[in-house]
Amino acid sequence: MDALLVDSFEKLLQGACSPAIVREVERTADASALWATIEASGYLDLLLPGEGGAGLREAFPLWLACGHHTLPVPLAQTMWARGVLGADAGAGAIAIAPTVQRRSDGSWHCPGVPFGAVAQSLLLHTPEGPSCVPLAAARVQRSGVHGSLQADIVLGALPDSGPCGNADLQVAGALITATLMAGALQRLLAMTLQYANDRAQFGKPIGKFQAIQQQLAVLVEQAFAARMAAELGCAETGVMPQRLRAAVAKARAADAAEKAVAIAHAVHGAIGVTDEFDLQLVTRRLQEGRGDHGSASYWHAQLGRALLAAGTPTVPFLLEVLLPGPAARDGGVA
Amino acid sequence: MLSPLQLSRIPDRAETLRPAVRAFLAEALAGRPADRLARSWMGFDAAFSRALAARGWVGLTLPREYGGGGKDAFHRFVLAEELLARGAPVSAHWIADRQSGPLILKYGSSAQKDFFLPKICAAEAFFCIGMSEPQSGSDLAGLRTRAARTAEGWVLKGQKLWTTNAHRAQYMIALVRTSGSPEDRHQGLSQVIVDLSLPGITVRTIGDLAGDAHFNEVFFDDVQLPADALVGEEGAGWAQVTAELAFERSGPERIYGSIVLFDAWLGHLRSLQRASESDLILAGKLLAHLAPLREMSLALTARLAEGASPVIEAALVKDLGTEFEQALPNLLADALYASPEGPPPEMLLRTLHYVLQVCPTFSLRGGTREILRGVIARALGLR
Repeated sequence: MDALLVDSFEKLLQGACSPAIVREVERTADASALWATIEASGYLDLLLPGEGGAGLREAFPLWLACGHHTLPVPLAQTMWARGVLGADAGAGAIAIAPTVQRRSDGSWHCPGVPFGAVAQSLLLHTPEGPSCVPLAAARVQRSGVHGSLQADIVLGALPDSGPCGNADLQVAGALITATLMAGALQRLLAMTLQYANDRAQFGKPIGKFQAIQQQLAVLVEQAFAARMAAELGCAETGVMPQRLRAAVAKARAADAAEKAVAIAHAVHGAIGVTDEFDLQLVTRRLQEGRGDHGSASYWHAQLGRALLAAGTPTVPFLLEVLLPGPAARDGGVA
Repeated sequence: MLSPLQLSRIPDRAETLRPAVRAFLAEALAGRPADRLARSWMGFDAAFSRALAARGWVGLTLPREYGGGGKDAFHRFVLAEELLARGAPVSAHWIADRQSGPLILKYGSSAQKDFFLPKICAAEAFFCIGMSEPQSGSDLAGLRTRAARTAEGWVLKGQKLWTTNAHRAQYMIALVRTSGSPEDRHQGLSQVIVDLSLPGITVRTIGDLAGDAHFNEVFFDDVQLPADALVGEEGAGWAQVTAELAFERSGPERIYGSIVLFDAWLGHLRSLQRASESDLILAGKLLAHLAPLREMSLALTARLAEGASPVIEAALVKDLGTEFEQALPNLLADALYASPEGPPPEMLLRTLHYVLQVCPTFSLRGGTREILRGVIARALGLR
């Protein structure tokens, strides 16, 4: 990935996605101004087929940045949907449906869609493959969880063929969530370190206390592990994730978030849970992300099933099935 | 601030080593029971080490002129990964291969290199590391064993403790005080190579809770060392040891220590042909932690191959790795006894309980968990 491209993306988010704007979008579910800036930047088309052949490994640092800034719109999901569907992708912000259920009244329900409250289109699966449905005529109901942009979506018209199982979308949704979480964990670490240096008690910064230092070391470890797992999941030259690597990414991010959020709040004390302090923007997103597109246990079961079915010892399974072969890594990630 | 470890790949030239090692191990380890293999890099088998040496797999990264393989850190990673994955008993040559050899290559005189390195590569010289003392464990800089200069060389007096393999190694590289007093901390420490057959050395083996005996107390009673026992610079012992610990902490042995048990358990589940949902989740959880750990360990190797000394990152990966190695037997023990149908099959039972017994040491040797976290905190600018 071109470092300049990543830098200018960082600058874009710094300017367009301040904590005040994140709060505003979470309050109103109106992200039109923010989305217009993102749309104009051209980054949404990074994965378009034929556009210089960018794949998940190029998207990785950008998705990390989205997580770092707690971007309140599905930029990563839209980028991926455009990469898969090209010109057929829907207009505006695209959310990914984790699941689609037929109700007795004939309607189609998509519960718990991450960023569903700020999306204009919904990506779901049909027998012909992934397809985008405009949400203009859909009923979008925010989850009611404070600050959450998750929504239950009830669709009116569907593509003729109707929706079907969405294994690929589930995998992509999980990997994107994992990468956003890895980025959020880096922000969490930076904020917590800063606070440990700034806050003084007993006459010295609390970061000088060994009990705090030991916890911060664990926080770094968890942030590093989640980032490596996400990078592993994104180690693709194309746009389609590999199921088991995405499973590792999502499961590891969820386990890391559990520990890291607890440490960050422990170090911050009461200020960490106040509305006006920015930590909660990150920790709420991390806690919600743990469940989005399947929790740790969901993906652990998938991984365990694959490992047992393979019949090989663990290290050969890692090397020959789970980890990427040389081709996916040639050139590495910038 | 630390920079994150990045996904790396093993170059094809190093991967070519893997099939040969795997084929050799399939034959050499055939029939060895899992509870023996679970000892892995704590399992001592001099004949096995010599068989590896005969294939050029001891001293793989040492230069060819000294009988080494002339390969890079990636080759060593591949070799180590295959050995550890199978639980090969590599303890006899492991310390010399991983630490003592590279240390002598980096800091030793040409006479020391000519003498020791070929012996290490042939698995004829096994080494132990003399660091801890009765009053000096995590606080290593407070050590009291002293080497005093004489007309002929040095006279060594003091005691080392918890020295793995001192009773079956030919040499020890000891960190000792050559000037000043314990209050001088990191100043005045030096590394000396001690021929363990010299008069005045007493080695007493200490049994462990698993019925094994690998560590020792070693007494030096006015041991006469030649002048060239000093390795590297007098007074630079602390810096040399720090660089050495990056080698000790960065290898895949810190993530694969319980892998033989994990594979034995997976084999058990497969033979039952009915894994419960909670077993599947547990297997997947361990895999989801192991995969990024392995990639982090490989990323360290990439930094070593670039010539860096990733001391901080090695501490970080070791702490995460030992947490995984320790969680594994505890989680499996709970899963295996979750049904009241009786204990697991005998071999799995013995393997499980061996690892359960020794796993507390995983986060002790080579620097305790608390010391490693202190190293990380220092890198974060907190200390």
